[in-house]
Amino acid sequence: MHARKHADGERPDQRRAVLEGPEIDRALTRIAHEILERTKGGDDLTLLGIRTGGVPLARRLAERIERVERRPVPCGALDITMYRDDLRLAPARALGRTEIPPEGVDGRVVVLVDDVLFSGRTVRAALDALNDLGRPRAVQLAVLVDRGHRELPIRADYVGKNLPTSLRESVSVLLEELHGRDAVLIGPAKPRPGAAEPAAAAPEGGR
Amino acid sequence: MRHLLSAGDLTRDEALLILDTARELAQVGERSVKKLPTLRGRTVVNLFYEDSTRTRISFEAAAKRMSADVINFSARGSSVSKGESLKDTALTLQAMGADGVVIRHSASGAARRLAEWVDGAVVNAGDGTHEHPTQALLDAFTMRERMGRLEGLRVAVVGDIRHSRVARSNVLLLNTLGAEVTLVAPPTLLPVSVDAWPCEVSYDFDEVLPKSDVVMMLRVQAERMNASFFPSAREYSRRYGLTAERFARMADHAIVMHPGPMIRGMEISAEVADSARSTVVEQVTNGVSVRMAVLYLLLGGAIQGPGHQGETR
Repeated sequence: MHARKHADGERPDQRRAVLEGPEIDRALTRIAHEILERTKGGDDLTLLGIRTGGVPLARRLAERIERVERRPVPCGALDITMYRDDLRLAPARALGRTEIPPEGVDGRVVVLVDDVLFSGRTVRAALDALNDLGRPRAVQLAVLVDRGHRELPIRADYVGKNLPTSLRESVSVLLEELHGRDAVLIGPAKPRPGAAEPAAAAPEGGR
Repeated sequence: MRHLLSAGDLTRDEALLILDTARELAQVGERSVKKLPTLRGRTVVNLFYEDSTRTRISFEAAAKRMSADVINFSARGSSVSKGESLKDTALTLQAMGADGVVIRHSASGAARRLAEWVDGAVVNAGDGTHEHPTQALLDAFTMRERMGRLEGLRVAVVGDIRHSRVARSNVLLLNTLGAEVTLVAPPTLLPVSVDAWPCEVSYDFDEVLPKSDVVMMLRVQAERMNASFFPSAREYSRRYGLTAERFARMADHAIVMHPGPMIRGMEISAEVADSARSTVVEQVTNGVSVRMAVLYLLLGGAIQGPGHQGETR
């Protein structure tokens, strides 16, 4: 959450792609199988994408699991804005929609899905948000990219790609549904919000 | 946006941001845990110089749902009844560390004066016959949810416009949001400056009624009336009351709104008030969501202003 997303096309020369569409596809297929394995066939499974980047990823994982198991997998979206720990570092942000599937979260195995795992603060906020929505039987975490630099004791259960980065870099995940193409890009970091750039209220999508 | 003093101060984008935020926050009211941690550690003072149940409770519920600490201050039985001025009360609250002040006062312009004296955000919860911006926001929210749009919506506001802060705030906000407002009242119950308002004016309810998508009835504010503005309650009710017979002549999709408190049998008949097309109860529910949105947008992020600059955790 420290380095913010770059709008697609902004400073394109400074960013290089480390993952392209086919690799992202393969990583998601592998994660889908791992989820099925770990949850023993996906009984009571619910996927919740963390807004914004995690939502299309959760949907893609649900499609893949449905294709293998031939039954629908509840899939929703979680907006964590109201649970962030850095709300007071920037002007109030616009909210996204939280969509909980009709099955609810009580007694379910909830897999939180996000695009980039960085400080772990987003996931901490998501766990708090989930706690107010009900009591899942278990909560797991799936991310497309783990870039390291954790600031909280949080780890992912399913990782698409471990991507060692420097704090001077930023990682952006572009997704077909949001940005028109699939790619993971590394570029120079923007200043931390609150430090030099108080108006950095950019949407999620890369950190 | 640092304060919410007048519905007329809001740009179209700001107003829509409040309505969109309120829509997301409305979900919280449907959950088993009706609480968000967002305003933890913030203090909101409800400063009420005028009797109000619904607005004060609504603001209190909104602030508490977002974990703010709420201090209720009503003029009756407080230092105000001993003669303390608004300014001194404001400075006291300031010294106690209020991050936000919600003020209801019988004097028009009280909220704006208060905003000059305190560092925190000021929300106008009704100042005299001037404005009541959160009521206009919750009315707009209700119309948008029920009708699906605000642009081009034909809204009739009927009743005691002269003494109504709700009418003024609604006209200003709905104009910003692209709805067309027609005020309907006897000439004696229209404010002197009504020509300058961005709306139409009519004295004939029956002519406006069938063309309206929304009919908003206002209470006749007997407590603010220092002269007789109409011959009798019965006569008023006959010409400007929303009776069952008039209700039947409304368009099929049209809704009936009332900011409350209602006087059944005066401006609205009981069967109209209880009909499925009356949004009176929804308006109360929506009021909490809209006030949560306002408090979140004013207090949830970094607060700009003296005493709060560079706040970090």
